[in-house]
Amino acid sequence: MKNIVRHHLFWPTAILFSLLLFNFVYSPDFFSIVVREGKLYGSLIDILNFGAPLMLVSIGMTLVIATKGIDLSVGSIVAIAGALSCLLVSKGSDQNALSLVLSAMGLALLLSLLLGVWNGILVAKAGIQPIIATLILMVAGRGVAQLITSGQIITVNSEKYAFIGTGALASLPVSIFVVLIVLAIAILFTRKSAMGLFIESVGSNPEASRLSGIRSKMVLLIVYVFCGLCAGIAGLLVSSNVSSADGNNAGLWYELDAILAVVIGGTSLNGGRFYLIGTIIGALMIQTLTTTIYMIGIPPEITLVVKACVVLVVCLIQSETFRKALIQRWKTRNYPAEREVTTNVNQ
Amino acid sequence: MLINRRFIPIIVTVSLFLLMFIAGSFRYTGFFSWQVLFNLLIDNAFLLIVAVGMSFVIISGGIDLSVGAVIALTTMISASLVQEQGWPPFVVIPLVLVLGSLLGAGMGAIIHYFKIQPFIVTLAGMFLARGLCYVISIQTITINDPFYTTMAQTKIRLFGGSFISISVVIALVVVAAAIFIAHYTSFGRNVYAIGGSEQSSLLMGLPVAKTKVLVYTLSGFCSALAGVVFTFYMLSGYGLHAVGMELDTIAAVVIGGTLLTGGVGYIFGTFFGVMIQGIIQTIISFEGTLSSWWTKIVIGLLLCLFILLQKLLSAKRAVYKA
Repeated sequence: MKNIVRHHLFWPTAILFSLLLFNFVYSPDFFSIVVREGKLYGSLIDILNFGAPLMLVSIGMTLVIATKGIDLSVGSIVAIAGALSCLLVSKGSDQNALSLVLSAMGLALLLSLLLGVWNGILVAKAGIQPIIATLILMVAGRGVAQLITSGQIITVNSEKYAFIGTGALASLPVSIFVVLIVLAIAILFTRKSAMGLFIESVGSNPEASRLSGIRSKMVLLIVYVFCGLCAGIAGLLVSSNVSSADGNNAGLWYELDAILAVVIGGTSLNGGRFYLIGTIIGALMIQTLTTTIYMIGIPPEITLVVKACVVLVVCLIQSETFRKALIQRWKTRNYPAEREVTTNVNQ
Repeated sequence: MLINRRFIPIIVTVSLFLLMFIAGSFRYTGFFSWQVLFNLLIDNAFLLIVAVGMSFVIISGGIDLSVGAVIALTTMISASLVQEQGWPPFVVIPLVLVLGSLLGAGMGAIIHYFKIQPFIVTLAGMFLARGLCYVISIQTITINDPFYTTMAQTKIRLFGGSFISISVVIALVVVAAAIFIAHYTSFGRNVYAIGGSEQSSLLMGLPVAKTKVLVYTLSGFCSALAGVVFTFYMLSGYGLHAVGMELDTIAAVVIGGTLLTGGVGYIFGTFFGVMIQGIIQTIISFEGTLSSWWTKIVIGLLLCLFILLQKLLSAKRAVYKA
């Protein structure tokens, strides 16, 4: 029992399940899934489908945070990728042509890859703090996205483009499969090759890693490129889901939600260790929370207050000083003598 | 070396501002006037006030992401108390200033005593403040209280028919006070010392805890004051006011020559950082054919330029030390 409680996935999973349980008690319909026109419908499917872009962004963010970095530009990359692919599709003569849709998506992904390279170069080669280096693209990226869409919302009328966001494969949303593929690649890449170890090593001490023969800068660059690519795929999903691109609002606050998901999943902001599955559970938790709040009928904007409390509690639990203070209090109450020993020893 | 290395970023900022103003004056008719300059102040009074608070935070080596949300919360509380509850403005304004300071102090205490990164704590503060706006109301609340409308519409006439607003006077007083605090008080010196090295400051016996909490309190106060000025400017309270303001503010502070690693920076530079942002917007509106999103792109590029410049300067200094 103790081992289960100690497992790093215990608390995130427990919170996720208690949220689901609350939903079940509040509305028994929550778990009902119906089949219509060969597709599954239901709240659970919605959570997976709408949570897909967030999960993708969070996967990339996990690796970045594992290197003690942070990527604030993901929201802007989501907007840029969506804007570029929608623009290319809408310009085509036959919007349903498979080659057009594929090349539009390919170019959008290439662009997000390049934006990742830009972040990576600023962080790894120029040695700028990650928060600041990615802040540049976060500010300028929104402008670029609006530049691509000329400040308007581009709508596309293409069934093929809408497929990845709304289509169904084996009666499940396609977006779920996209997430699974990316997750599988990330897990294979980090846990079945030495890459994961390198990332964790660079996260705990870049200089020591370099001295022990790891090309720290290359590891950093790869991580930011991967994060950019993940955000690009998420951008395609977001724009495809609504068949339109909005340079201003697409992917707004994604960076914050993604960081939140990563932190809830047990990855420390101090770098050095990461849990991809924990991140996925964190992202699902955020999406479930949003759905729950919609369902209860509280204005959805209040989600922010709840998120604020969650961030604070999770960070406090991760804070060593806070834990020590708690233990100290508990000891004072139960063993006053021990308190004296520890304070004297510490002095 | 004729010029002190510390002043290079600030000299670049001021020359850039002058260059942009001169270029604008040659290019557009009607650009070269006092009113254009004063409009920069009128339209950016709130940004100036927030940026002053943010400068202290960044000089101390931290960051405050909650400023935009605190502005929105201030407009919301003011609007709902004045408009819906009928409280007099001279009670509401001190109240929101105290609330803003308390929020800042709370964040500062968590940052210092629990050793959590400022980035994450102020992020939580941002979520909290934005969320509380919506708890009050999801709609815009328009203010038509006579005090607020007077404050918004009063023009202080200066020479040659040009004018400034009361908000500008408030902002300039804040800047002057901040320059005094930063350079002529022990608190200001402590902020610079902590930004230089927190460990050394602690060993020197400086009041690190008090100073750090006070820095965030000051930033909270400045955000709330900016929120009051923003209320004068917009005459409404709304949860979506000042979205993204934290980024504009950080950009202004960085362009003003403050090092993001802490320890180096001038309020005077921040003033010009804000003015540069203002003049970019003015030039874009004078140009007419350029759209508003170019502002973001240009600010992003400038941010990049200044960060690289800072990097270059600090790298050279490191070489000299070695």
